[in-house]
Amino acid sequence: MLLTLAGPAAQALEAVPRWLVLHPHWVWLTVALPLAGFLINGKLAIAASGPVPLLPPKLAQRITEMVRRYQHGIVTVVGTGVLLAAFVVSLMLFLGFQFLDTQSAYVLRLWSWIPVGRFQVDMALQVDQLSLVMLLVVTGVGSLIHLFSVGYMREDPGYARYFAYLNLFIAFMLVLVLGSSFLVMFIGWEGVGLCSYLLIGFWFEDKANSDAGKKAFLVNRIGDVGFMIAMFMIWTTVGSLDFSTVLRELPAAVPVGGALITAITMFLFLGATGKSAQIPLYVWLPDAMAGPTPVSALIHAATMVTAGVYLVARTGVLFAMAPISSTIVAGVGVVTALFAASMALRQYDIKKVLAYSTISQLGYMFLGVGTGAFAAGIFHLITHAFFKALLFLGAGSVIHAMHHAYHEVHSSEDAQDMRNMGGLRKAMPWTTVLMWIAALAIAGMPLSGFFSKDEILAYAFGRGHDNPVFYLYYVLGIVTALMTAFYMARLMAMTFHGKSRTGADAEPYLHEAPWIMTGPLVVLGILTVFGGMINLPTWAGGHHWLQSWLLPITATAEMYLRPELPHGTTEYVLIGLALTAALVGLVAGYRLTVGQTIVPARDAPEERGFWKVLYHKYYVDELYDAVIVRPLILFSQRFLWKGVDTRVVDGVFVNGSAGISRFLGQIGSRFQTGQLGFYVLLFVLGALWILRAMVGGG
Amino acid sequence: MLLGPSLALSAVLFGIGVIGVLVRRNAIVIFMCVELMLNAVNLSFVALSQYHGVGGRVMVFFVMTVAAAEAAVGLAIMIAVFRHLESVDLKNINLLHG
Repeated sequence: MLLTLAGPAAQALEAVPRWLVLHPHWVWLTVALPLAGFLINGKLAIAASGPVPLLPPKLAQRITEMVRRYQHGIVTVVGTGVLLAAFVVSLMLFLGFQFLDTQSAYVLRLWSWIPVGRFQVDMALQVDQLSLVMLLVVTGVGSLIHLFSVGYMREDPGYARYFAYLNLFIAFMLVLVLGSSFLVMFIGWEGVGLCSYLLIGFWFEDKANSDAGKKAFLVNRIGDVGFMIAMFMIWTTVGSLDFSTVLRELPAAVPVGGALITAITMFLFLGATGKSAQIPLYVWLPDAMAGPTPVSALIHAATMVTAGVYLVARTGVLFAMAPISSTIVAGVGVVTALFAASMALRQYDIKKVLAYSTISQLGYMFLGVGTGAFAAGIFHLITHAFFKALLFLGAGSVIHAMHHAYHEVHSSEDAQDMRNMGGLRKAMPWTTVLMWIAALAIAGMPLSGFFSKDEILAYAFGRGHDNPVFYLYYVLGIVTALMTAFYMARLMAMTFHGKSRTGADAEPYLHEAPWIMTGPLVVLGILTVFGGMINLPTWAGGHHWLQSWLLPITATAEMYLRPELPHGTTEYVLIGLALTAALVGLVAGYRLTVGQTIVPARDAPEERGFWKVLYHKYYVDELYDAVIVRPLILFSQRFLWKGVDTRVVDGVFVNGSAGISRFLGQIGSRFQTGQLGFYVLLFVLGALWILRAMVGGG
Repeated sequence: MLLGPSLALSAVLFGIGVIGVLVRRNAIVIFMCVELMLNAVNLSFVALSQYHGVGGRVMVFFVMTVAAAEAAVGLAIMIAVFRHLESVDLKNINLLHG
């Protein structure tokens, strides 16, 4: 492989231990390790299920059994091993990067990918402050979730296939965050979409699951079209898709606030809304909960769905140059946050609550990056990865226990419905404590989530000076924080407190998950408590480490936007307001839920009034179905199929060209009389004609 | 000396041959007409060789050889056709009819 280093980043400072110097091989190894895991696990998955050819059936069966017996161990070691290795390599990269003598991006060009005239794209990976942070989150949280999956998926027949997909996902996610140009990033972008589709429909025997996978895939395509149009526009403007070139030359090529830059950023944002589940393309994420719970934790909470936020932060300069776009980004973010949080208030499926909560928190991140507080948005992305992964894995542990209990008593009750839970704290003390930590963090108690959310809201308030609409955004954000605290307290109260509604026969079978599942939970719990330290504000004794770390990425964008934190009394009032909202929400949510009598799902009455609207998610799915899906299907059937395909393509083109050939053939066949005399006559006439031509010409 | 009348005779014989091939139906007769055309050409060769060297006379022998070979193959085909159709009338031989 051809490895050339570009840029001045290849030089390290003097007196750094040799093993700490950033080595170019580490960069591609981070991607190659999970990819190798995918290949090995994928091969094992095929070997276990497929027939062994050319062998007597008895022998073939024994081989298949042997593969099955050892497969489990190999898959476990390979599947989690490559991730841990990738995490170690990422740590080395992180340390090595600290000791480079410049703080500019370190680009590793692997090979020239598309050299077509003026269109030159290299397969190149870029290590800088932003991609390092993402790298550590993806491999770190990813490793923990892989370990959890070992316990969660142990008895699943598709164990090898599961880990193959999961490893492939990590490989693509790393391409996404490491790609040094829009197009390389787009490979990862599409790749994680594919893996998301494969894992949502992991239990594809159930049609609802594969439908959910297809829905996620199709909705994401709408966003991807936006991403691609943005790429076309960028290329026609600057003639390059490399991040470094585009971010340097595009600001000089177009006027600030002009139509072109606004269009580019709006199309990029359309791509981001698809991947990060924002209005109007959020509808796929709740359905994506059909996949295994660790998948929801990894892909649909901690990593993939944050790709949109990463995209906006990566191209922050462009968004900063288009004030209309960034105001819209922040607006869509905060409205999505509020909208999704309100839907989470009345869901009963424990994973659905967390799904809407994820959409809501992603909305906060977009509020952050739209405000120009890119570091705060990324900060929330990181803390959210910790506490939301913890929440999902905790929910996975609960579902695991519920499922086993119902399995033991041969019950077909819903293991994910919170109305069937209650009082689980006695059976699952570890999970209860850890889930409470995460719930307090997301609700806005002074754990990791508080600092990041508070910073986003403070910056939004600070922007109110320039643009009063940000005051409105701030208010919506506070209301959302209140709702967040409420639905999290409700979730905790319904699941772990009050009386058990599991059923007398199933209740004794409820138990804490094995250590391989609780272990990662404990680590995530520690991260959730202390994760806020990476960007501790000054009033809490910190010095905004993450913000200064990301400064090389965000500095140019901040020149345009100048985000500002309120100081002094205003700052303390804002903090007090956020804490009050969180406390009120938590207490109200807990009191109201514990106080009311909850009926198990089977006997639950129909929802009434506005609760019904919330329970049915504002009927948005039904609306999309009526306005877009059905007309599209009708249009396809009536016009495209019966009209264009049957009449034009089949009728005119296929049958038409055949008809013309047949007509000409029929004319031609008239000359084939089979009468020798006729042939001779033609021959003679031809000979005479040639003779005349020769004589006449000569 | 006799070039003019010789070429005229050759042309007449060739014309008779062509018309014979075109109008007759019996394959044997058509065959004879083809021979007639070949020999008409031979006559032209001989007549012209008086002015253009021996090349024409050499060519005559080639034509006669080809004619003999052609007669052998042609008559063999005709016998085979007759065995099959019990006729050598071209009206009946139209298997390649489109």
